[in-house]
Amino acid sequence: MKKFILIFVAIFLCGITINAQTNNKKSTLPTVTINTLEGKAIKASEFSNDGKPFVICFWATWCKPCLMELNAMAEQYDDWQKETGIKIYAVSIDDARTCPKVKPLVSGSDWGYEVVLDQNSELKRALGVNNPPHTFIVNEKGEIVWQHVGYAPGDEETLIEVYKKIVKGEEVK
Amino acid sequence: MKKLLLAIFLITCSFNGFSQDIFGGKVTGNFQMDVQASKEDSIIGAEKVSEKLLMNAFTNILYTNGDFSAGMRFEAYLNPILGFDPQYKGAGLAYRFASYKKDYLEITAGNFYEQFGNGLIFRSYEERNLGLDNAMDGLKIIARPVKGVALKGVIGKQRYYWEKIWESDNFGLVRGIDAEVSINSLFKKFEASPLQIIAGGSFVSVFDKAEDRFIIEPSTGDNYKLTMPENIGSGAARLQMSYKAFNLNAEYARKGQDPNAVNGYIFHKGEAAYLSLGYAAKGLGINVSAKRIDNMSYKSRRGETGNMLNVNYLPALTRQHSYSLFAMYPYATQVNGEMGIQADIIYKLKKNTFLGGKYGTDLKLNYSIANSIDKKYVQLNPAGNYEGTEGYSSSFFKAGDEIYFEELNLELGKKLSSDFKLNLMYSYQTFNPIAIGHQGEKFIYANVFAADLTQKLKKRSSLRYEVQLLLTEQNYGEFAAGDWIQGTVEYNLGGKFFVAATDQWNYGKLNGEKVHYYNFAVGYTKGTTRIQLSYGKQREGIICIGGVCRMVPASNGLFATITSSF
Repeated sequence: MKKFILIFVAIFLCGITINAQTNNKKSTLPTVTINTLEGKAIKASEFSNDGKPFVICFWATWCKPCLMELNAMAEQYDDWQKETGIKIYAVSIDDARTCPKVKPLVSGSDWGYEVVLDQNSELKRALGVNNPPHTFIVNEKGEIVWQHVGYAPGDEETLIEVYKKIVKGEEVK
Repeated sequence: MKKLLLAIFLITCSFNGFSQDIFGGKVTGNFQMDVQASKEDSIIGAEKVSEKLLMNAFTNILYTNGDFSAGMRFEAYLNPILGFDPQYKGAGLAYRFASYKKDYLEITAGNFYEQFGNGLIFRSYEERNLGLDNAMDGLKIIARPVKGVALKGVIGKQRYYWEKIWESDNFGLVRGIDAEVSINSLFKKFEASPLQIIAGGSFVSVFDKAEDRFIIEPSTGDNYKLTMPENIGSGAARLQMSYKAFNLNAEYARKGQDPNAVNGYIFHKGEAAYLSLGYAAKGLGINVSAKRIDNMSYKSRRGETGNMLNVNYLPALTRQHSYSLFAMYPYATQVNGEMGIQADIIYKLKKNTFLGGKYGTDLKLNYSIANSIDKKYVQLNPAGNYEGTEGYSSSFFKAGDEIYFEELNLELGKKLSSDFKLNLMYSYQTFNPIAIGHQGEKFIYANVFAADLTQKLKKRSSLRYEVQLLLTEQNYGEFAAGDWIQGTVEYNLGGKFFVAATDQWNYGKLNGEKVHYYNFAVGYTKGTTRIQLSYGKQREGIICIGGVCRMVPASNGLFATITSSF
């Protein structure tokens, strides 16, 4: 049985590798149900920005680089929105221990993002996120076209540049 | 060996880029590998590693095609890195599932994670960096018959390292149902109401086959038979409300008779209550939480005492620190009984004001206290202990006379100019070593300080300087004593490379060597792939360098981490 699984996995993966050369359709957001700050259910596949690309940032209240990233983007968020119509979903992976801190932090920091709660890491797992911060850009077709992990000061400039390219319909890597 | 080859194969396959296409569906996933080479260091308590090299690795492969998804996780611990339970040793498929999701119905067969409410009676989850995984293996159904109503049902057994859980009666069966109603989503006329109400309830039952236990009276040798309950039930009710800037989250749970190894086989019923009140306005956030836990260890095997087989989740109501000296005395929930309060105030001093300055200032205040509950022990059994008895009675609102943990901390974040950002933090902590199982040790009182300055350079590069200071007159365990100071310099180049040097110095140690815990790290990030290499001595705790936080065990040597998502 074990051998069978191993062989199956091997064939499966090689198939993918070969297949990837010929077809490059991008993956979309999964139908994972998470919660709004008010506790209402929201599906990740329903994230949208009126037909424009949007950004998803995974973060947690205990993750310093995440807060650095979110604070750095918040400084320019108003300008970015006016200029490009960008929208940022900030997905908190805080669990029951730190979740009560999300709402006060969000309002206290006055970020202006769409904050949602992924309390048991369902969306984090579905999107293959290892550690926060992890940032995605989803294009107008709902396809994930860009990802980045970690935060170093200045990364927010890269993000907005890439976002602008995606708005223009340019290929990004 | 075969498994290792497979692991390497999976890894190489994984690096082909994002989301692959197969049979019209998508394949995504992630990967992490930690390699550790640690040498013996009796001064810091690092143990000899006979294998020379230790490795933890896993990869998740997820296949999605419309409403259908299936996935698996291959894990390899060859052998487990320091701090991980040796029972993880080995490799294999630790997690696999197939799932079908429609708007009104979700069915998952195989392994799954799930949480009811705040998790007081049921939470299946993983905390990879802690080596904690209580994934369920069985069936999960979620139905959403109408908008605003969610019904969940779960049945299965929990993961226990690599044990074949289905081939043994030693692992209990976990069954649970949960219902949640959002009043405002259910009734159209309340949809736009400023008062939002969500109510829920859940019931969980564990079936754990039991054998009778016997209590022996020492002088006469008489036997007293204890019949163990085989079905251990629990129930919880919860309410979440918000009205304009105010919000409330409350949950109350009870657990039936559950004599087990954690509570010393007493028949006292379990109880947990959680209440959180918040106020959130632009620039100001306040939250006050309170909880009471009474005999709430809930495992799917009554003889289990470790971190595995937990059916529920009882979080600590204290701040989770990311500065390492602030996290020197970590607090763990006392599942046999504790009550606590935590308060957070977050305030933003506005831009262009006298106190806020040109860019505004962020202030955070946090206070937490955890205390024992009142326990009146009622009767001893003939053997002179409490096994098989009710154990104790407890008055709900009365606190016990022992403090486990108390902390007050203040944090200030300020942008000084377009290139400089400063973060200052202070904390006063009181720590009772009994909370981590150290009986009869002195309380620890500590003042902890941190200053953290980030400087933006040209071309998206930056420098970060950090100083932390911990002042205490007490010793903590064998290797940490008295005062500590820590300095870190970190250089980020264009958001891709980083180099960091840290020295944590236990200069206040009176006897023995004043150890320098130095550490050098380099890292490289490209897209979703990150490689990090560090060399030095590591004290146990949370570490955040180069932009990512994770938990790390104590060691002396080399540590390499590769993470990737695809």
